[in-house]
Amino acid sequence: MRPSFILYLLAIATVAGATAPLEAATTENAFIGSSLRVLNLETQPKIVKIFGVGGLRQLEAYQTGVFVSPEGHILTAQSLVLDEGEVTAVLWNGIRVKGTVVAVEPLLELALLKIDVDEPVEWFPLQESISVKPGMRVLAFANVFGIAVYDEPVSMLQGVVSGIVPLSARRGASVANYTGNVYVVDAATNNPGAAGGAVVDLSGRFLGLIGKEMRSESTGAWLNYVLPASALREPVERMKAGKPPAAADATNLASGHPAPSDYGIVLVTDLFERTPPYVDRVVVGSLAAQAGIRPDDLIVGVGEQTVGSRRDLEHALATAEADKPLQLRLLRGKELLHVSLEQDNSQADGNE
Amino acid sequence: MEHTKTRVGWLPCRTFLVVGLLTHLFTPIAAEGGDPQVIAAERHRIEIVRKITPATIAIFDSTGAGGGSGVLISPDGYALTNYHVTAPCGPAMKCGLPDGRLYDAVIVGIDPPGDVALIKLLGRDDFPSAELGDSDRVQMGDWVYVAGNPFLLADDFQPSVSYGIVSGTHRYQYPAGTLLEYADCIQTDAAINPGNSGGPLYDSEGRLIGINGRGSFEKRGRVNVGVGYAISINQIKRFLSHLKSGRVVDHASLGATVTTASDGRPIVDEVMLDSDAYRRGLRYGDELLAFDGRELSSANAFKNALGTYPAGWTVPIEFMSKASLVKARVRLMPQHAEGELDELIAESPPSEGEPEPKRIVADDANKLPPPVAECFEERPGFANYWFNRQHQERLLETCPQRVPGKTELEDLHLAGTDGAGAEVTLQLSSNEASITSEQGRFFARFESLLAEELNPPGSGGLLTSLHLWRMLLEQGPDAVGEVFYMGEIPWHGSTQPINCLVAIHKDVRAHFYFAADTGNLTGMELFTDEALDSCRVTFSDFRLRQGRSWPHEWNVHWGEYEYMTFRLAPDAESTQSR
Repeated sequence: MRPSFILYLLAIATVAGATAPLEAATTENAFIGSSLRVLNLETQPKIVKIFGVGGLRQLEAYQTGVFVSPEGHILTAQSLVLDEGEVTAVLWNGIRVKGTVVAVEPLLELALLKIDVDEPVEWFPLQESISVKPGMRVLAFANVFGIAVYDEPVSMLQGVVSGIVPLSARRGASVANYTGNVYVVDAATNNPGAAGGAVVDLSGRFLGLIGKEMRSESTGAWLNYVLPASALREPVERMKAGKPPAAADATNLASGHPAPSDYGIVLVTDLFERTPPYVDRVVVGSLAAQAGIRPDDLIVGVGEQTVGSRRDLEHALATAEADKPLQLRLLRGKELLHVSLEQDNSQADGNE
Repeated sequence: MEHTKTRVGWLPCRTFLVVGLLTHLFTPIAAEGGDPQVIAAERHRIEIVRKITPATIAIFDSTGAGGGSGVLISPDGYALTNYHVTAPCGPAMKCGLPDGRLYDAVIVGIDPPGDVALIKLLGRDDFPSAELGDSDRVQMGDWVYVAGNPFLLADDFQPSVSYGIVSGTHRYQYPAGTLLEYADCIQTDAAINPGNSGGPLYDSEGRLIGINGRGSFEKRGRVNVGVGYAISINQIKRFLSHLKSGRVVDHASLGATVTTASDGRPIVDEVMLDSDAYRRGLRYGDELLAFDGRELSSANAFKNALGTYPAGWTVPIEFMSKASLVKARVRLMPQHAEGELDELIAESPPSEGEPEPKRIVADDANKLPPPVAECFEERPGFANYWFNRQHQERLLETCPQRVPGKTELEDLHLAGTDGAGAEVTLQLSSNEASITSEQGRFFARFESLLAEELNPPGSGGLLTSLHLWRMLLEQGPDAVGEVFYMGEIPWHGSTQPINCLVAIHKDVRAHFYFAADTGNLTGMELFTDEALDSCRVTFSDFRLRQGRSWPHEWNVHWGEYEYMTFRLAPDAESTQSR
């Protein structure tokens, strides 16, 4: 807990007055009281208004970013706005500076910008592990509709976490690469310019980054979703360190999730963007062999999800619930088969 | 201006929705167990919803097809709404109250550039009314309530209430053309939808802090996406007396435009030669630092501040001119040329993607409901001249200096001292006036006086001023020329707005100012030429004289320069001070 947060809780206790015991300064109480004013003032300096390329309807030239280091690293969404590699970053106090794109992260569609700073800036640490549950109160900070231009603060919206679910979304023909868990919120975060904004808890702690405008793959509804801080930490560190993005091997990025090899399945070599997930061979004595999976079987479904490529399969596995048997659908000739694989945890752990 | 254009829309509701909804009365949910803080907060919300509901009204045009929301602000039935809600209605509308009753209402005044309209509900003098708050105290993160009639859902006029926070303050939203500019407005994530237009935004204690009227929309059509805007109540407070005057009220212009320098500072890039700002020294290239006490960090900040003032208001400004700081008071000019607003409002208000509403024009006045017809009078430049007439009569009837009937004022003899210490005398009768000093004598017979004469020299037109003053008090407004009530504006260095009656006499314009408490005519201004400062006379030291309260000290200024102070020799009665 940072010192400013302690002060802020104390302030609430003071506001609550003599009738309220100190314990009453719960986060819920903080939400009810006037302390959102303080939270806003503390959060605004960590948010950046970003202006770049664009200017057409649904191709706006603005978005939002958040400071993720005291040295002036800004995390934002990778988008057309950044296309020239340079943007105008407008800080909370109206100061306009040049921001340079230093790295991008294709899976999560993130970009890391850097501005030159004379002194440390206020920033969001991504290290904190905060338990986020549905029903939790959150606040979203983003420059929706480009309302703020100079020293005007970005918009603050309130809501709750409605769900924590794997992202299955697209915009037009482009499908979201990331299929890990996101926070779905009932604050309207899916607006022009919101991408790259911050969602924080009632203590002002960073919970995640507002993603690009996307629709649900299944319902077509525009999604108000947030990329969790836990999924951002490693890519941000890698981008800060100047390391190239991890290879298109999604299991690396979603480490800890099962890979086909964990079950003894060896797939055909991934040569193309949409290499079909044919089984090349099956390890003798493996779970897959015990379940009757054979070479040349085509994997067409994992759990509820349909897969059409090796990459789809890897994403689907990444979001499968680890403690439940893995349900696969296979196409063998014209026959559709269902198999259930009980994961061998010891083996999976051994792979770490 | 580098403001990014956003897509915005106005929110009148012209949909025919037949929605059978069960109305929720605000029944407290039995709270057994649970966090007492949360339960207390919920109880408080319920209480506030009870408090804000009665004054929230549903507004319909006379056919009942379209409409919006509004809020009652006084027991005699004055209610605020959006201009774009009343524009298609014509002079008469129907208003539903949460008690289920429907009232006739008449248009009073409109502020098309600011998207505000004042209407008056008829038939009661004990309407429920909202408590006005202070929108300057509103901050981001404050809890707010939106009440109104979204999608015209409420068949029984029971408003829908949504709850959210202030997402932004001092927001600026571009006008459509030159109308419906939302300057210095409040942004909220409490749901504002079509039909909410004109309805109230309340703070967490149920005080009225704004009038909802606009939202940002994009790809999901005209439904709330968490970004709605309300006109601040403090802006409306400045306009309220002007709206009550029945006029078509214009917004202000500084008479200078400001652009943003590369380093962000607001720099003057054009000044009109006949503006007060120019006369006070504002020039091309100057940096504008402050406007009515607000520091300006950008050209946008200036535009934002300016957008909340009515034409004619006087504000202090500060600017850097050739490396020196200048502090001055300037009178703001109208944003639109005379007649221009009337033309603009004759066109339909913007409504994105909606069918053109049938405009109900005043030709239908003969079909107005009888209570509305009794208090509606059409006249160019006015939304409803009937209300203006009431104010003129009120001011002159309560003014102690007004001479009743055909009686003439006595001839007045006043004495003053010029800059050199020599005596100056002023004589004023019904037909003529003269000023005598060591330099000579200025004499004018009023019947042959050219109104725009600036005599005596250095006064800016004192003789004409006194002539008009005397004519108004002796013969009444009809003798002076075209007279109308403007509303309340600050005058003569004071920040306190005061009642102002405007008289157009031949080619000149005069302002008469009346104190709210005593009704005294405490000052007047004569404008002979837009490019010149006014001749300003303040009347003070009111004492009884021939049974009437009468000013015994008359101070004359021409712009920044004091011309002279005259004193009226007291008679026996006036020795007792009032």
